[in-house]
Amino acid sequence: MTASTTSVRVPRRATRSKSDESGGERRSPLAQTVVIIITVVALIYFLVPVYWLLVASTKTSSDLFGTPGFEFAKFNLFGNLAALTTYDHGIFWRWMLNSIIYSGLGSVLMTFVSVISGYALAKYRFRGRSIVLGAVLGSMLVPGTVLAQPTYVLLTHLGLVNTYAGVLIPTLVYPFGVMLAYVYAQTSIPDEILEAARLDGAGEFRAFFSIGVRLMSGGMVTILLFAFLGSWNNYLLPLLVLNDIDLVPVTVGLTGWFRQSIDIPALQGLLVVGALVSVIPVVVVFLSLQRYWRAGLSAGGVRF
Amino acid sequence: MTQAVPGQPLRLADRSPARRRSGRGSGAAPWVFLAPFIVLFLMFLVAPIVVAIGTSLFKVQKSGLGFDTASKTVFVGIQNYATALADPAFIAGFGRVLLFGIVQVPVMLALALIFALLLDSARTKFKRVLRLGVFLPFAIPGVVAALLWGFLYQPGVSPIVEGLKSIGISVDFLSSGSVLWSIANVSTWSYTGVNMIILFSALQTVPRELFEAARIDGAGELRTAFSIKVPLIAPALLLTALFSVIGTLQLFNEPTILKNLTTNITTEYTPNMAVFATTQANGNLNLGSAMAIILGLVTFILSVVVSSVSNRRGRNA
Repeated sequence: MTASTTSVRVPRRATRSKSDESGGERRSPLAQTVVIIITVVALIYFLVPVYWLLVASTKTSSDLFGTPGFEFAKFNLFGNLAALTTYDHGIFWRWMLNSIIYSGLGSVLMTFVSVISGYALAKYRFRGRSIVLGAVLGSMLVPGTVLAQPTYVLLTHLGLVNTYAGVLIPTLVYPFGVMLAYVYAQTSIPDEILEAARLDGAGEFRAFFSIGVRLMSGGMVTILLFAFLGSWNNYLLPLLVLNDIDLVPVTVGLTGWFRQSIDIPALQGLLVVGALVSVIPVVVVFLSLQRYWRAGLSAGGVRF
Repeated sequence: MTQAVPGQPLRLADRSPARRRSGRGSGAAPWVFLAPFIVLFLMFLVAPIVVAIGTSLFKVQKSGLGFDTASKTVFVGIQNYATALADPAFIAGFGRVLLFGIVQVPVMLALALIFALLLDSARTKFKRVLRLGVFLPFAIPGVVAALLWGFLYQPGVSPIVEGLKSIGISVDFLSSGSVLWSIANVSTWSYTGVNMIILFSALQTVPRELFEAARIDGAGELRTAFSIKVPLIAPALLLTALFSVIGTLQLFNEPTILKNLTTNITTEYTPNMAVFATTQANGNLNLGSAMAIILGLVTFILSVVVSSVSNRRGRNA
């Protein structure tokens, strides 16, 4: 799998974009038109649902059904937000808080575990290293949802069903994060710097926390981002593990409303605005950290 | 001396300075660093699988005549596996995700490839808009994406259904024939962007000189794309195929959510839904574990097949 790696890629990008600018040959009008059509159709397809969500969340419940979906009607976004906040004693915000706990705390811990493991694998040679690396690579192929049921079975044995810990702890195993950290540590921490630190009398822990962590900080943001998104999207495990509606993350809470909205149409309006609110933090984080996830994806891709 | 370094010759290739000076206690450091991961790995990756295998070999038997709630667990060997494999609904779920994968994965990857090539092509305008637009759905949690499309599929709310109706076309996105493709649409919408980015990153690594050479030889843009760029990023293409195949087999969120809208999605619509229904709704952990392990094995075998095909292709290229 690693055989296909192309290792010299960073410098090329710079030279390449330069020749992109200079090699300005004319494309035929037909090709130009085809490209524009593809772009426009793609943008409509990928953005219209998002646009619909924006429009729908500003509508009153009756307008949601009574007016054309892509047109704005009476602007009631704040009314909807107020209704969302008061419904069922503010259960929605409880779910958001739960999601923030699961994803925020979870991703910070996940990142720490990944970074320190990746660092150890990249910067030390020890017996058993290749076994650990193999286990990390192999476990990347074990899909999380297949593990959810066995994890649930284990949690019932441990008595952790229906607790925060039951959702939080299992998600801390994040082989993809370890792999990314391993790649980052390999490329961003020169052995000479560590060696110099050791000669100056720094212990192994000191070397990691003062040099390793600092040099890997860019990679850490990437891992944090992926870990956060991954756990924000987590659905099957909390669905299995949690019965108490006060403990569920927002994904599970909203789908519960979706199920009930068949019988209680008023919930549909709340669901729409709730979906919008639940997406906003993720989209904002995502778009503002574009640089990091693009780096992460190409690093992840190159490894294979 | 020979006793001090058993197995050492094999490791001579290690060039790390840490190795050379490993005499002074740094030998323990990597293990201390790795300890949290290893503990978590054993507890929440290895142990669940072991426990699930164990659980799958037993069965809870109710003793007494129905009024007696006492039950005992008895060893039944592979009986649960036999039961799962004899369950037509469970098997049908595999057929369904297979059909889904055969259609959805190529469509999605073809779209991702087209967009990646457009982004890579020097003279495409609106690159930033295209990249951001196609990728944005990936930032929306899969569950919310399914909710969103759920609204767009529902007659009465959906502007698409209503709009088509007003021009005399009646569509039902939730009929027994179409619902699988409505689910496929949600997956395609969500994941085309991330595949596009992976393929685009791979395209950026292709040596520029090859295009120049092709251009000098008179190859047009399309010709260059399909005869040079695509073959060269075949490994990345197969990587995305591998992840998509794994994702397809795990299909759960989208059908589970859309199930609220239509009876055409059964509780055992996909293998993962069957695992969930058996475990949670029917409370049969033993059978559920057997099903989860079957699903895991099928996924593993398919992954190995896809990656070995990819390796063979890679060698030929």
